[in-house]
Amino acid sequence: MSSIFTTGHRAIGILYLRLSLAAVVVGTLLSLVMRIHRLWPEVPLPFYGLLKPEDYLALVTMHGTLMVFFVLTTAPQSGFASLIMPAQIGAREMAFPRLNALAFWLAAAAFLILMAAFFVPQGAPISGWTSYPPLSAIPSAGPGQGAGMDLWLISIAVFCLSSWLSAVNMLSTILTERCPGMTWSRLPMTVWAWLVTSILTLLVFSVLLAAILLLFSDRHFGSSFFVPLGDLVNGRIVGRGDGSPLLWLHLFWFFGHPEVYIAVLPGMGLATSLFANFSRRNVPGYRLMAGMLVAIGLLGLLVWGHHMFVSGMNPYAGTAFAVTTMAIAVPSTVEVLGWLFLLSRGGLRLHTPMLFALGFLSFFIAGGLTGPILAQPALDSYLHNTFFVVAHFHLVMAMAGVFSLFAGIYYWFPLVTGRMMSETLGKIHFWISLIAAYGTFLPMHLSGLAGEPRHYERLTGPATSFSSILANERGITSSALLLAAAQLIFLWNMIYSARRGRKAEPNPWQATTLEWAPEGKTIRVQRGPYEYEVTAGNAKFFPQWESASKQE
Amino acid sequence: MAALPIHGASLLFLRMPPNASLHGVAVDHLMLWNLAALLPCFVAAQAWIIFAMVRRKKAAVLKTYSHLVERLLLAAFCAMYLWMAITAQHLWAVNRFEGASAESMQVEVVGQQFQWYFRYPGADAAFGIARPSLVNAAAGNPLGLDPQDARGADDIVSSVLVLPLGREVDLRLRSLDVIHGFFIPAMRLKENTVPGLVLHVHFTPIAVGTYPILCSQVCGSGHARMQAQLRVVSPDAYRQWLQQHAKEHSR
Repeated sequence: MSSIFTTGHRAIGILYLRLSLAAVVVGTLLSLVMRIHRLWPEVPLPFYGLLKPEDYLALVTMHGTLMVFFVLTTAPQSGFASLIMPAQIGAREMAFPRLNALAFWLAAAAFLILMAAFFVPQGAPISGWTSYPPLSAIPSAGPGQGAGMDLWLISIAVFCLSSWLSAVNMLSTILTERCPGMTWSRLPMTVWAWLVTSILTLLVFSVLLAAILLLFSDRHFGSSFFVPLGDLVNGRIVGRGDGSPLLWLHLFWFFGHPEVYIAVLPGMGLATSLFANFSRRNVPGYRLMAGMLVAIGLLGLLVWGHHMFVSGMNPYAGTAFAVTTMAIAVPSTVEVLGWLFLLSRGGLRLHTPMLFALGFLSFFIAGGLTGPILAQPALDSYLHNTFFVVAHFHLVMAMAGVFSLFAGIYYWFPLVTGRMMSETLGKIHFWISLIAAYGTFLPMHLSGLAGEPRHYERLTGPATSFSSILANERGITSSALLLAAAQLIFLWNMIYSARRGRKAEPNPWQATTLEWAPEGKTIRVQRGPYEYEVTAGNAKFFPQWESASKQE
Repeated sequence: MAALPIHGASLLFLRMPPNASLHGVAVDHLMLWNLAALLPCFVAAQAWIIFAMVRRKKAAVLKTYSHLVERLLLAAFCAMYLWMAITAQHLWAVNRFEGASAESMQVEVVGQQFQWYFRYPGADAAFGIARPSLVNAAAGNPLGLDPQDARGADDIVSSVLVLPLGREVDLRLRSLDVIHGFFIPAMRLKENTVPGLVLHVHFTPIAVGTYPILCSQVCGSGHARMQAQLRVVSPDAYRQWLQQHAKEHSR
């Protein structure tokens, strides 16, 4: 049991990743049930029966909540950072090891509380991961909006605390625990990303926590922050104060948009490191790339209104948010062009971690390019809440995020277990996943352009029929099933390689950053993070832990 | 439904339902250009990655140029973003900054779990007061019209949105309970209905036909079934429909 109640940063990092694995398994299964139900609404679910409309919405809500909070926030931010970051800056531990353990256990508790929502009367909440009031504020507004919604709110409140503590710890560690010589311009790009996401987490999870407390108070203590006067739900007047549902949208999206960057910035940092490593090239414009990560983080705080173009927000505000959103495309483009030019000289070592990093880039571009379309209110007023948006964020946030997680796992696996993961299985896993992910999410753009809204559990309604996109939808579901099945290869590879995998030599990827430094060595950093140089016919690289004298 | 003279943005296989609104022509045009600009970027970037993957290591042949090329590409992308921001902003301003013209007709849209109601002000061109406490769909008063208010006596409440061809309509959006999303794909129109707020959007239908109205904001268990029909008819047919309903209401 001692390994469970540990305060070691590596052990806690692993625990975080296991928590994310549990969440991603549940979240994926939920999405598969959704995909199958959309095509065959009359087919009963084994051990459950016919899926009711509210069941479908509960699946959507729980899928989104699990994936956004417990996978895309937990794994890249808390998980990998706990696992790798202290070693990467030459620290022995996190600044507050016990706080780190506490943060993990809070996250685990939040996960269990969320799962409990499936088992209370009326089941899980149905208002989506964004929980717009009054639907989320009034228990009688729908099934699952009673006990299920309360559990959702408590779970996310606990998760906010967890993220907050984790971010305080991360920030303190990066600011105070760097080893001698680890100056700002020698930080690996991953650490820059974790620095920015920690600051974002501190700012925006505080706001989310406040919003959740207000909503909880509306539900139980008779306040009226989000419910307007005279609101009539299910035949009863419930609005006695003078609240505004739009207030929730502002508070939620002030959190919700930076949350996207919390999910994807660590992947951007990791991709930069891996591109440098597997192309054996220095990162040109390191300072610019790091600066752009910071710029994306800062601008990310100013764009939340682009989720609200058609929410009833003042149209002039829509213009302002459209401009800030378009502005954020610029640093993102700088990053992408930086990577493309870094890669363009070829000679890449296409090991599995590199393949997944390239997959990350591919998805980041595919999903990123529809960003400027959705940033235009005039176009968003058609595309908002259609499958076009679902396609956009699943590519740029979910697939890019998950592929960077895979890259990290394949890359750091030998560091953690001392063994390599199977390259053959890894490559099969990569190619099937890449093709199936595109097969799943690219056609969703077409459904969205056809006008198909999100959160619809069937394609035919009283006034409309989306039967023309049925073939498209079938393709999406088949691809999604293939995508999920391909992950079994990954799970097997992980389990098998941890026990029987080829023994890894020290620093198997010939990396330069400090997590690969030999143990027990006193470290004094004298060089930048990406000194991969090529002299004619004789590849050389200089790890950060090697002293300058060896350079000659 | 008659064949429509105006077609939606269609680029290869990217298709929207045919447009039937005046402002939708420009929206479709813009959508088409955006897709046409971004699709090649997508293809080129993916090709670039594949090219990098298969390429043998090259010494610094391109080094002197690559910096310049990167700058130029960045400048080109910035110019494209700027172009997008300006053109889209122009259209948004035309559609939303100013209200409907004085000649436009008024219709109120009310969302309620899981039903759309449409109210016409009647001959007096004024909506009567509606009170949540008076809402009683079973008794034929789904919007809670106050019988004390004379302006409401000639109001017409319908579950179908019927509009005359070619006349601008000013929609007054409300919700009784939770947030709904009022979405007419064919009119390129979407705006939430928010309890506690009265929001206005306006458009002009330019093709006779029947079009689905959807709810685009998850609103509860009946969300996917919360649909209605928009019928765009000739001005004569509209006048007839109105008279027929006015008679029913005056009983």
